[in-house]
Amino acid sequence: MTDQKRPQLISRRALLRSAGAASAAAAAGAAGVPEVAALPMETAETTLAPTSETSQTTSSVGSRAAYEHLTAEEAELLEAIADQLIPADEIGPGALAAGAVVYIDRSLGGALADTRDAYRGGLAAFDRYCRSSRGAPFRELSYVDQVSALIDVETGAATGAGTGFAGSSAAFFGMVRSHVLQGTFGDPYYGGNRDFVGWDLIKYPGVRTSVWPRLQTQLEAGDLAPNHRSAYDSENFEKAVVRATSRGTSHGD
Amino acid sequence: MATRLPGTDVVIVGLGAAGGVAALPLAEAGLDVVGLEAGSRLTRRDFAPDEIRNNVRAWPFAVQKCANEVPTLRRTRSDTAVQRGGHPMMNAVGGTTLHYWAQSWRLNPWDFRVIAETTQRYGASRIPDGSTVEDWPFSYEELEPYYDRVEHEIGVSGQAGNIDGHRDPRGNPFEGPRKRDYPMPALRWTGFLDKMADSARSLGWQPFPGPAAINSRAYQGRSACMYHGFCNKGGCHVDAKNSPAVTTIPRAEATGRLKVVTHAHVRQIETDNQGKVTGVTYIQGREEFFQPARFVLVASYTYENARLLLMSKSRAFPLGLSNNHSQVGRHYFSHHQGAGVTALFPYDLHAWYGLPAQGIAIDDWADDNFDHSGLDFIGGGNLWVYSDRRPITAASMSTFGRAPTWGSAWKAFVKENADRTNSAYIQKTTLPYETNYLDLDPIVTDPVGDPVIRITAEYKQNELAIADFLQAKMERWYREAGAIEVIRGGLGGQMGVTTHAYGGTRMGDNPETNVVNRYGLSHEIPNLGILGASVMGTSGARNPTLTVQALAWRTAEHLANNWRSIVE
Repeated sequence: MTDQKRPQLISRRALLRSAGAASAAAAAGAAGVPEVAALPMETAETTLAPTSETSQTTSSVGSRAAYEHLTAEEAELLEAIADQLIPADEIGPGALAAGAVVYIDRSLGGALADTRDAYRGGLAAFDRYCRSSRGAPFRELSYVDQVSALIDVETGAATGAGTGFAGSSAAFFGMVRSHVLQGTFGDPYYGGNRDFVGWDLIKYPGVRTSVWPRLQTQLEAGDLAPNHRSAYDSENFEKAVVRATSRGTSHGD
Repeated sequence: MATRLPGTDVVIVGLGAAGGVAALPLAEAGLDVVGLEAGSRLTRRDFAPDEIRNNVRAWPFAVQKCANEVPTLRRTRSDTAVQRGGHPMMNAVGGTTLHYWAQSWRLNPWDFRVIAETTQRYGASRIPDGSTVEDWPFSYEELEPYYDRVEHEIGVSGQAGNIDGHRDPRGNPFEGPRKRDYPMPALRWTGFLDKMADSARSLGWQPFPGPAAINSRAYQGRSACMYHGFCNKGGCHVDAKNSPAVTTIPRAEATGRLKVVTHAHVRQIETDNQGKVTGVTYIQGREEFFQPARFVLVASYTYENARLLLMSKSRAFPLGLSNNHSQVGRHYFSHHQGAGVTALFPYDLHAWYGLPAQGIAIDDWADDNFDHSGLDFIGGGNLWVYSDRRPITAASMSTFGRAPTWGSAWKAFVKENADRTNSAYIQKTTLPYETNYLDLDPIVTDPVGDPVIRITAEYKQNELAIADFLQAKMERWYREAGAIEVIRGGLGGQMGVTTHAYGGTRMGDNPETNVVNRYGLSHEIPNLGILGASVMGTSGARNPTLTVQALAWRTAEHLANNWRSIVE
């Protein structure tokens, strides 16, 4: 996989093109070598996606992405959960195609590093809960059993001998759901929302740096084509770096 | 051992909304000013339209001084105070004005005379039990010239409703008389805002666009607003948000009289044996400095103003600086901005582009603009409907009980409704009470070992009654515009850490109940002044920043005009 090594200052545009190409390849069933954030790019990458020499292998369980922080077992389970939270269906692609789990994996090496233990413990507890209450790992459960197991986690009902969620299982569910939403509907700079599938789902017309009255009129008339670009496609902005905080804050005006 | 720096005329602690404005009249008057700022300088290149960084990961509050000084909270003195959540303010040159909503209201005349007006119209018994509210030492008319000055110096857009007594039905019918129009017209409305305005009129209410320190057209050589949708917790990428960082601070620096020092963390205001202050001690990295000054102007946030005074103990001030009457930390309150109302509409609102300051205000239910004879509260609230939406927030919307929160049914729901919801912002009259106050936490400290502020405060019956009353009005307005679902937030309980924190160093003529006099100067120390909402004794039903800035300008002007008699 040495062909993944790229020059340091590869452009953001080129990165997104390569991400799009990679996901297209993944969709066609090829083994993916995706990832925007796996490529070194200025200082932000050291926070957002430390490149690990040892983790450049595609998951042996056939996942679509090379994960850097989640183990293969964790990634497999988290992908299955994400696929239930925002499924691919007749409406269109879901969280998996958006790369929501890639987003989480990358963030666990940076801004979400504080939640690494919560993922480790929560995914293990969920696995134990599925086996003890439904008799099989989550991925092997029927659709109905998968949904009912997740409802138990969501409502805090996933308890029982040896399950071992730290605190309520509802807190774990809430964390995963919020991160899956971030990875599906956030800026693709962070590794999710691949091919803008999240923004297209909710008809977000895209990041623009100026919205003149004419554009607002077009939007209200339903004539505004979506603008598929990341904030950092613009050369106007410094790359984002925020370490771990994400503490809740009150109204911010 | 602190390094002693060359002396200056005035040292300002904090270059945010207040200190960043006060620096200009001081420098223009020829005084040498050192501005100490705990944060750094940011530019438009730092302000990317990035929801994950700005909103999800709370970039404005990350990695800075105030993040290490989060106040502890409790409702009453019998509870144990704990830190919960973050600190909502930002350390930077320009402070929180870099990313605030920039709503720039004048208080209404009633807000200055709550006791007098209430007593005259309804009787003194209507002042809520336990409230320590006082009338301001002056009326709206005294502050009007300073409101006017700041509106033009920094640039405020809006629609006047009352110019010298001449009413304009397009503006706020309840505002105090202003000398002249805003320097810029109001920000534009969207189709949804037009519809909400029509609905308000059909209810007999009087909608108008709110004022904002945001350029509706090019002003002072800076761009007009681009409405790109990332104003909320994001700085402006075209410098159209009129923070002191792009207005008064650079102009003050251009005089050659203002020296800005960044990453300066002030820990102590020093005092001499005569009871005057001599300067401030700050740390910058691992180094400690003493900045001598003939006058000290404390201009940090409400929590940090009280904290710095309480930490600055000396032989002359054993309870903390300017606290020999035990008033520092008293008369504290957090503006009641909660108890929101959220609606679902059967049509798209097209709110993806816009900003929180772009909206419609209703003042018919604020202050004493309606008859309270048969009601069980005084004051009221301002209803604000605005345009602000980003994709993660939109996808995280309430499903109003119409869909589950995940799965295909949820996906179908957000596909249809992500652009069909709106939440109103309702700011309510909030009063100070005897049992609500700030002091130093006896246990919790910041990383350098200084105690954090402890907030002991809760909303009382008057605030809860207003919240209930206003939610009903808001629901009626949404229903009039065709809302198919409306949900209401809780009425409120504990006063949390907020961007609208008032009191702790209240302004008033009586030194027994107030820390600063009518000019913002300490009652106890002749060469100490205090800026910020910590000097405000009432909140009104609208954002405090413009009032804070008008007061800052007034204090600075008073200081410059009376310099010799004050410092000598």
